[in-house]
Amino acid sequence: MITVKNLYKKFDNLEVLRGINETIERGEKVVIIGPSGSGKSTFLRCLNLLEMPTSGEVWFEGQQINAPGCDINLVRRKMGMVFQHFNLFPHLTILENITLAPIKLKIMDKASAIEKARKLLSRIGLADKENAYPAQLSGGQKQRIAIVRSLAMSPDVMLFDEPTSALDPEMVGEVLDVMRELAEEGMTMVVVTHEMGFAREVATRVLFMDNGQIVEQNTPREFFTSPKNPRTIEFLSKVII
Amino acid sequence: MESIINGISQPLSNWWAGFREDFINNFITDNRWLFLWRGLLCTLQITFFAAIIGIVIGFFVALVRTTNIYTGKLRFLNGICKLYTTVIRGTPVVTQLLIIYYVIFATVNIEKTLAAIVAFGINSGAYVAEIVRSGIMSIDRGQIEAGRSLGFSYVKTMWYIVMPQAFKNILPALANEFIALLKETSVSGYIATQDLAKAGDIIQSRTYSAYMPLIAVALIYLVLVVGLTACVNRLERRLGRSDNR
Repeated sequence: MITVKNLYKKFDNLEVLRGINETIERGEKVVIIGPSGSGKSTFLRCLNLLEMPTSGEVWFEGQQINAPGCDINLVRRKMGMVFQHFNLFPHLTILENITLAPIKLKIMDKASAIEKARKLLSRIGLADKENAYPAQLSGGQKQRIAIVRSLAMSPDVMLFDEPTSALDPEMVGEVLDVMRELAEEGMTMVVVTHEMGFAREVATRVLFMDNGQIVEQNTPREFFTSPKNPRTIEFLSKVII
Repeated sequence: MESIINGISQPLSNWWAGFREDFINNFITDNRWLFLWRGLLCTLQITFFAAIIGIVIGFFVALVRTTNIYTGKLRFLNGICKLYTTVIRGTPVVTQLLIIYYVIFATVNIEKTLAAIVAFGINSGAYVAEIVRSGIMSIDRGQIEAGRSLGFSYVKTMWYIVMPQAFKNILPALANEFIALLKETSVSGYIATQDLAKAGDIIQSRTYSAYMPLIAVALIYLVLVVGLTACVNRLERRLGRSDNR
């Protein structure tokens, strides 16, 4: 579904991604872990071209999306993204946050967009918040809304960029629960996270990145019990699982 | 006792009689208040249309400049916009007014009010541009990323997500700019436009009394500004709904 070929990304003189080749199949839940500065987020952001790769190819559903002539705006409708800092639209109510894109991009008419938004909201137990503004919600609530906002576009894949890193500890669980449900429903997911528990339970595959490269990957069970690369072993010995 | 009261009330009533005579002489005789009225209309006309030109130019320039900052595109246009703000903000408005009327429109027979509108509009545009630009840049980059990742184009992201938030943030500064503009138009008398400030001068030249026309002009400006401020405050409160916690 997503194929990355020989991906390089440079910021000025800093080489952040150094030759990544990876394929993500439909239905996979890929969790990317690694030390900070290893290029995890940049890699994820290259998948929907929030960062433009310096060189290499990114393919999505049979189309090279970083080729000239590709309408990235159409591609992004099918790739939901959830950010560390939620990025809800503070000037809009929760319902408007969710329905803005489907309505303005003419994917749904207003009535059915609202109906879908309400359905999604009640699924995450926030139906009573539809007229609230983001500033009135807790971090966990905001992130759940942000997930739902992406889902309203019926994406084929969901990208998560450290979705729980900005949350108070007691709110991490509610967000991970929503993600877990999403995984169970069969959504294709690519998740950059520091939540090792989530990686172990939900991932179908764990990628370990270091220094701009994917240095090891495996099923979560193999990855956490018998890591092979010395960098992976060192990293895992330092994190609490 | 009576003499004390007389001592106070006599000068008071003298003053009142003088004031009344002055007032009649300055505003009632020969319908001189009409100068002020026409001057007021002229000032409002210049301010209103200059503000519209300023908004159009200002938003355009700000969008060009932020687009250049965010995407690296529009380099040539950005250069022109930068030159425009530098020149306009670096020279006095009176000089710009005179240049526009006596140099640029020298060969065409242009209405003075129109020349003033053009001059103040172009002048205001540079300030509005900087205000709008600061407003757009005050919005977190994450907002643009969220919009783009939902499939909005850059332009639509600006329109639906960034500009509404930026507009709310810059409203006080914009109001300030238009209040300043309203008062700045008082120098349009330099090209003999009969605006409000000029109207005061005209009355003064007929009645030889300085303070009455000047105070009247000052009061009218004050009322305009207070009224404008009240309108903006109402708008600000309406736009502030999403700030409730």
